[in-house]
Amino acid sequence: MAPQTRQLCTFSLGELLFGVAVTHVQEVIRYQEMTSVPLAPALIRGLINLRGQIVTALDMRARLGLPAREGELPMNVVLRTTDGVVSLLVDEIGDVVQADESAFERVPETTDGILREIVSGVYKLDRRLLLLLDVERVMQNSQANSKGEAA
Amino acid sequence: MSADDELIREFLLESWEGLNQLDRDFVELERNPGDRDRLGAIFRCIHTIKGTAGFLALRRLESVAHAGESLLSRLRNGDFLLDAEMTSALLAMVDAIRSMLERLESSGGEGEETYEPLIATLAALTAGQRPQAASAVEPSVAAAAPPPPAAHAPTPTPTPAPSVAAPAAAPEPTPVAVEHAPEPDVVEVQDHATAADAPSPSPEPRETPPPVASAPTPTPEAPAMSTAPAPQPEAAPARKSDAPEPTTGKAAPPAGGGSVSDTAIRVDVGLLDRVMNLVGELVLARNQILQYGATFKDAGFANASQRLNLLTTELQEGVMKTRMQPIGNVWNKFPRVVRDLAHACSKKVELSLDGTETELDRTIIEAIKDPLTHAVRNAVDHGIERPEARVAAGKPEAGRLILRAFHEGGQVNIEITDDGGGIDATKVRNRAVERGLISADRASRMSDREAVHLIFAPGFSTAEKVTNVSGRGVGMDVVKTNIEKIGGTVDIHTQPGHGTTLKIKIPLTLAIIPALIVTSAGNRFAIPQVSLLELVRLEGEVAARSLETLQGSTVYRLRGNLLPLVFLDRALELKATTGSADTVNIVVLQADDRQFGLVVDGINDTEEIVVKPLGKELKGISAFAGATIMGDGRVALILDVLGIAQRANVVSAARERSMVEKATSAQSRAEDREALLLFRLGPDGRMGLPLSMVARLEEIPRDSVEFAAGREVVQYRGAILPLLDVRRALSVASNASHDAPLQVIVYSEHGRSFGFVVDQILDTVEESLSIKQRSNREGVLYSAVVGGKVTDILDVHGVIRRIDPSFFSREAA
Repeated sequence: MAPQTRQLCTFSLGELLFGVAVTHVQEVIRYQEMTSVPLAPALIRGLINLRGQIVTALDMRARLGLPAREGELPMNVVLRTTDGVVSLLVDEIGDVVQADESAFERVPETTDGILREIVSGVYKLDRRLLLLLDVERVMQNSQANSKGEAA
Repeated sequence: MSADDELIREFLLESWEGLNQLDRDFVELERNPGDRDRLGAIFRCIHTIKGTAGFLALRRLESVAHAGESLLSRLRNGDFLLDAEMTSALLAMVDAIRSMLERLESSGGEGEETYEPLIATLAALTAGQRPQAASAVEPSVAAAAPPPPAAHAPTPTPTPAPSVAAPAAAPEPTPVAVEHAPEPDVVEVQDHATAADAPSPSPEPRETPPPVASAPTPTPEAPAMSTAPAPQPEAAPARKSDAPEPTTGKAAPPAGGGSVSDTAIRVDVGLLDRVMNLVGELVLARNQILQYGATFKDAGFANASQRLNLLTTELQEGVMKTRMQPIGNVWNKFPRVVRDLAHACSKKVELSLDGTETELDRTIIEAIKDPLTHAVRNAVDHGIERPEARVAAGKPEAGRLILRAFHEGGQVNIEITDDGGGIDATKVRNRAVERGLISADRASRMSDREAVHLIFAPGFSTAEKVTNVSGRGVGMDVVKTNIEKIGGTVDIHTQPGHGTTLKIKIPLTLAIIPALIVTSAGNRFAIPQVSLLELVRLEGEVAARSLETLQGSTVYRLRGNLLPLVFLDRALELKATTGSADTVNIVVLQADDRQFGLVVDGINDTEEIVVKPLGKELKGISAFAGATIMGDGRVALILDVLGIAQRANVVSAARERSMVEKATSAQSRAEDREALLLFRLGPDGRMGLPLSMVARLEEIPRDSVEFAAGREVVQYRGAILPLLDVRRALSVASNASHDAPLQVIVYSEHGRSFGFVVDQILDTVEESLSIKQRSNREGVLYSAVVGGKVTDILDVHGVIRRIDPSFFSREAA
């Protein structure tokens, strides 16, 4: 049986390498000026004008509880989700990887809580681990946060 | 009839399509009379027209179609075989329908012509009364007969002897065509245009009689042939008429003179929406270019961008128009609604619609359908009285309900006026108190106008017996909420005994709105212009002096009224960039029925902005209504004025609303928290009274105090305000200097006011008074811990009663 593979767009946040299915990715763009949204949870960094479309930018560092970014400007990974288009602010963009399904495993039980919330599994690559991001779960939680804030 | 415009247009479009097909079908059928399928198609077409005509109450059209249908039915059943005579009669029927449709299109009515001869002919044919020697007799009789019918359109006897009926049948087609002309009043322009532009193509109106008279001579088929061409010339001149003759345009209301099917096409609404979105983008791009163009001086570029500007605006208007629909589309069901409801309530109501052609964006039309229906139902149900009551009140038996719509200031105004009993403010107050919407104190303090607005409070309406209140009731909160959802406002004016007017203002469109751009702490925000009342700018010393603080909340006296202020940077938890406020910019806004001032750092320009929705993850933040892209390409948030007001607790209605919600679960919670006005009496006497009892706070110069009936009074707002010195009433020594102005708390009830003189106004607080102790001291209701200090609460009623026992007697009466 031919090994099943999956094309993943990768990006890094701190020491972690993440991937999302390329089918989710609309585009990858450099840092854009954005308008911050008062009263919004810290996760929501601001609004971007993407060729006339207003896109919410989510700060993945804030989502993961990592310390705030210093120096380098983040990159935008623009994703299509069932709830519309969002942009994830990440540290660096990596390659598009052909990940082998046979190298996929569920997240180990011992992994940190936040990571388990938004990662659906791990691909064991040659030298490092690639975390498969569950886009819908990133979104869901950001909504829960903003609701909590508004209440 | 005008109310059914949309239906009629659709009916016309459909019928034209059907009729054009019919002409071809008949000709084919005549060639091949046994073609069952074709006969069936013709039958269905006429049947549909008959049905729709009946539905639209076009009785004459219906009866003509019905007569034709009966004949077709028998033909379809195979009772007869179609012959020329029948064909001509049927074609005459098609022409009759056609001319009625034309009249309907140009004048909105089917006309007065009854086509009795035609119907009689069709009936005779249906009954099988066919002349044996038709082909022999007809030509000669027809040649003689046509002129009279054409001249005075006689009514032949319905069932004449077969031999007579047949001759009569042949000429009938002609009067139909002729009658079309002798009725110039209705279809004047169309006819003249026809006659003037297309005299050549065929025997149209006036020229008809001669050709017909001569045509029948050769064979019986001839009359059929002579009427068959008629449709084409009629259609052709109609098309021609709108091009060469400009006068046609104004006389034919729908679509400028041409037939509807020629000038209107059906467009997918989704496509229109996409075009609208694109225009929105174009507007943004235009704004960007204009802003960019301003930065460098290039005459050529400036010209080009100016032109782009104008064209974009024009395009925007044009595209908006394609999405516009007359409000009549919503109103056209009201005559029926009103009739049925009036019937059910045994009332008589005359409905008049004014401004049905006023156009609105279709999304808005959708959104106002329900609220308007609610409001109209309410007006009939609760506004207009029963005939007996009306007569007793000296009004005509039938109530009048007037719906008006008109454009004003870029908005659409809709007024629903009835000449009914009006709304009794007192009853509304009582009802609201009864239902626990507001406290009795608050109710008594409300002006009549405010009280009437209580009918918009949710919960006021859900009662089963709203008819107890002689006003409106059912679902008025729904009306208000739905109208506000689309950025509109609702206001109500009522005159007890004379009627009520509900005034609704709604924006023309939702997609592109004018907005004021403001800045606060370095952020730009757009405020929809609909909520904007005025701008106030305070500079230097004035700024520092005119802002007054009441326990953390700042107010500004705007023409004598206290305007609560909301600092945008604080409301949005922004990091303030400017510490010292040299100038204060106040944007006075209307939220619900309240006004408040939004303090911002800077006020920029007004701009047309394209409203874009926020992502789902931001929907929870009530302070924002959406976002837009500014001229420089950056995103700006659009403030939700009501949301901000609610966040800052300036909207009392919002408080009342939430109070109602709470009231259902725990009635007492809202009661526990009480807003108090604190004041000082004597050197250290701290007292309070419910804020709801305070109408105003005033400073009154000592020398303006006069005496009337042995009591201290001042002239206040055109009335005499009796003063009541609380210090004296409670026997507290005053330490206020004798020339300082008097600090007066004005209290109003039942149209009468009292001024309580105190030493100093301290603050307002809202606190739950958990620790209360009854007081024996006269003039003190109880003592409570307020803000960590023991405070005596003034017994307002008790104090007044002691001074003026008659003050409350009116209340008891």
